[in-house]
Amino acid sequence: MLVLLVVFVGIQFIPTEGNQSDIVPKTDFMLVNNVPNDIKNKLQVSCYDCHSNNTNYPWYNKIQPVAWFLEDHIKEGKAELNFSEWDSLSNRRKASKLRSIIKQIESDKMPLDSYTLIHSDAILTDSEKQEIIQFLTQINENLN
Amino acid sequence: MKNLKVITGILAMTFLTLTAMSCKDAKKEQNNDEGHNTEMNHDNSDGHHDSDKKEMAMNSNQDGNAEMILKDYFNLKDALVSDDEAKAKEFGAVLKKSLENLDVSKYTEEQQTELKEIVEDAIEHAEHISESPMAHQREHFKVLSKDVTDMVAITGTANTLYEQFCPMYDKGSAWLSKSEEVRNPYYGSKMLKCGKVQKEIN
Repeated sequence: MLVLLVVFVGIQFIPTEGNQSDIVPKTDFMLVNNVPNDIKNKLQVSCYDCHSNNTNYPWYNKIQPVAWFLEDHIKEGKAELNFSEWDSLSNRRKASKLRSIIKQIESDKMPLDSYTLIHSDAILTDSEKQEIIQFLTQINENLN
Repeated sequence: MKNLKVITGILAMTFLTLTAMSCKDAKKEQNNDEGHNTEMNHDNSDGHHDSDKKEMAMNSNQDGNAEMILKDYFNLKDALVSDDEAKAKEFGAVLKKSLENLDVSKYTEEQQTELKEIVEDAIEHAEHISESPMAHQREHFKVLSKDVTDMVAITGTANTLYEQFCPMYDKGSAWLSKSEEVRNPYYGSKMLKCGKVQKEIN
């Protein structure tokens, strides 16, 4: 027990990098697409924490090993899809990504349950899902 | 309501603290396993490509690389036709490798740009296929098929190919086959013969 306590205190001093940036790059999804405000808010709250260069960290990110856990998630999330770098993708890849995003939302795979458990505001209602999917479908149609 | 949120938060944190360390270890093991797997696939693909090369040597003026991609694509398709998730994973990884090896230098600049975009997209789909359950493999196979079809339009191929189409899967989905007979990779044994030849290539 004491060992565990020492380890727990010890790991608090190991820093994590953090995923935050003051600059919104020109390639950001929101800047290159004309996103209506309500959808913008929804994407920001439900997706951007793990899928952009700027995470709005919760207070418990100050505690290890939570910070590691989140860092892992964010790294994985950005590798799959990074809204901040949206416009650097070719149209072909944008179309692929849009399709995947829509599938993930439709099948309730995203946002992750482990995320919405704490971020209840990130949960998408059926009508919000509908609205977002419709908007993304339209972007996809305008690509070609 | 707010209390509930805080309590849930605290519970989740306690849970995380208790499990995260053991998780880390488990993850490490998994990673090792994965590393081992890719190595195996690598061996696999090498052997496989060697035999391809011999075949190619006989068809002298063909683009070996694109033909290799096609060969791997067809292996993957056949795995999906026979509902074999493990094989599809394996061939997904092999296909990813041959996509990465495509040499675009002999094409015009415009074709190169397009080929690079196609390959970049296809690699991602192949990668997903190599690590996903069957339903998800099939989702990615749809877009992968479009990529490969677009690639063939540029690179050409030695064999006659058939573009086949199933109107039922995901609002209509196409794929390529070397044989005219329809064997559906989106449904496998469930609806093996659903679909029709939409276009003949070559």
